[in-house]
Amino acid sequence: MELIVEGLREAIRKIAALDPALSDATLRTLQVSGTATLVSLVIGVPAGVGLALSRFRGRTFVVALVNTGMGLPPVVVGLFVMILLWRSGPLGGLGLLYTPTAMIVAQSLIALPLVTGLSLAAVQTLPPRLHLQVRALGATPVQCARILAREAQLPILAALMAGFGAVVSEVGASLMVGGNIRGSTRVLTTATVLEAGKGNFAGAIALGIVLLALAYAINVVLTRLQQRSRP
Amino acid sequence: MGRRTLGSNGWIQGIQTLLAVVLALLTVGCGAGSDPDRAPIVLATTTSTQDSGLLDELIPQFGNRSGWMVKTIAVGSGKALALAERGEADLVLAHAEKAEREFMDRGGGTARWRLMYNDFILLGPPADPAGVREKKSVIEALRAIAGRGDPFVSRGDESGTHMLERSLWEQAGVNPGAGLIETGQGMGATLRIASERRAYTLADRGTYLAQKATLDLEVLHEGDPVLRNVYHVILVDPRRGPRVNSEGARVLARYLFSREAIDTIAAFGRERFGQPLFTPDPDPAVAQ
Repeated sequence: MELIVEGLREAIRKIAALDPALSDATLRTLQVSGTATLVSLVIGVPAGVGLALSRFRGRTFVVALVNTGMGLPPVVVGLFVMILLWRSGPLGGLGLLYTPTAMIVAQSLIALPLVTGLSLAAVQTLPPRLHLQVRALGATPVQCARILAREAQLPILAALMAGFGAVVSEVGASLMVGGNIRGSTRVLTTATVLEAGKGNFAGAIALGIVLLALAYAINVVLTRLQQRSRP
Repeated sequence: MGRRTLGSNGWIQGIQTLLAVVLALLTVGCGAGSDPDRAPIVLATTTSTQDSGLLDELIPQFGNRSGWMVKTIAVGSGKALALAERGEADLVLAHAEKAEREFMDRGGGTARWRLMYNDFILLGPPADPAGVREKKSVIEALRAIAGRGDPFVSRGDESGTHMLERSLWEQAGVNPGAGLIETGQGMGATLRIASERRAYTLADRGTYLAQKATLDLEVLHEGDPVLRNVYHVILVDPRRGPRVNSEGARVLARYLFSREAIDTIAAFGRERFGQPLFTPDPDPAVAQ
């Protein structure tokens, strides 16, 4: 119990002093997870909405694939991305392993099925006649998609928060493709693993507290966005 | 349906703001301190060198002095050598004698030089049911533990520590048997488990010292020559992979054996623990 109090004190102390290692890890967490969430938003929401509104052979299998993707273990994603990006891999020439870019790639792949699947479900919970109404009013398929997406904005924003939550808390893939290198690929989660591994529990708890505070702050913003649209 | 439907752009604007914020964030902290024309050097090393904090002193010193960028991947000797075998690393710093020799025999490296050593200690519950304290050698102690079937915690992860422990069991000619608890984790976690389970374990002195305050374990045996843990630096053979940075590896290796680095190693830990954690023992072929 005293460890948690000590951790809290250390967190406050380090934040107030703008501790360089902490600031570096926090900034990098925001950069990497923020970008990954954005990528999953840009690709995943249109994909999910499109999938919800489309009819094609094999659609059920694609949806099942997306749903399976939601439960994909992040460390497995990390392993595959590592093998793709390392020197002897097909994309080895890019020299991306152990860089923040590699972490963004891995985290995007983790968040993408989540955002896609939840956006898909969000649109599918809309009253079915709404789609007909909008089409009947003369909307093109694209206009239709945009309108329905706006209708489903509450659950879609929830999808975004879920995607962000999944990647900001992720550690297995980040360790594998990032390498937890000080000043270059260390984020709050991987730094926590390091401190705990060294036996520095107060330090690890401090990092955990900062991560929670960060995630909360971001979710406050997203939630306000989401709740603003309530009738 | 109200205001939230057709015509409300609120959340799209919100997303646009977030996009702008993220892009702004990305531009911060993108400065490098190193020469962009030089490929980074990948140093594959063990968790003990990382966890002790030694590399946190040595590597930035090297980076500032030379302008080379080093990516230190602390993964445990087994994985470090596996990565090197594929040419995914340029320099290896490990403490797994047998595995390193086999690696060199397979043509994995162009050179292997001794750098430093520390020692392992046998830890256990203060009650010491197997009477390890009275034993005259660590081999005798291990035989006593196995004989009674007392719990023994092992990392079980192909790390240098794990390999040394296995070789000691082999030398003793016994098996810990049913008392063996394999954690598959780093030294820190393994020590914690040993403390909770009142079990015996083998650990490097540095990690133990760092966690001593929170552990209920005592040093029951130390100083035995077989417990000496020697670290070697290995230059990865460029034939292992298409992108091995042998020039960088050589520069880093030269630095590790320099006067400055050796002095840093010799002094490391004295402030925090009252005793240095490592003893430099540079190979005469490269000592400077």
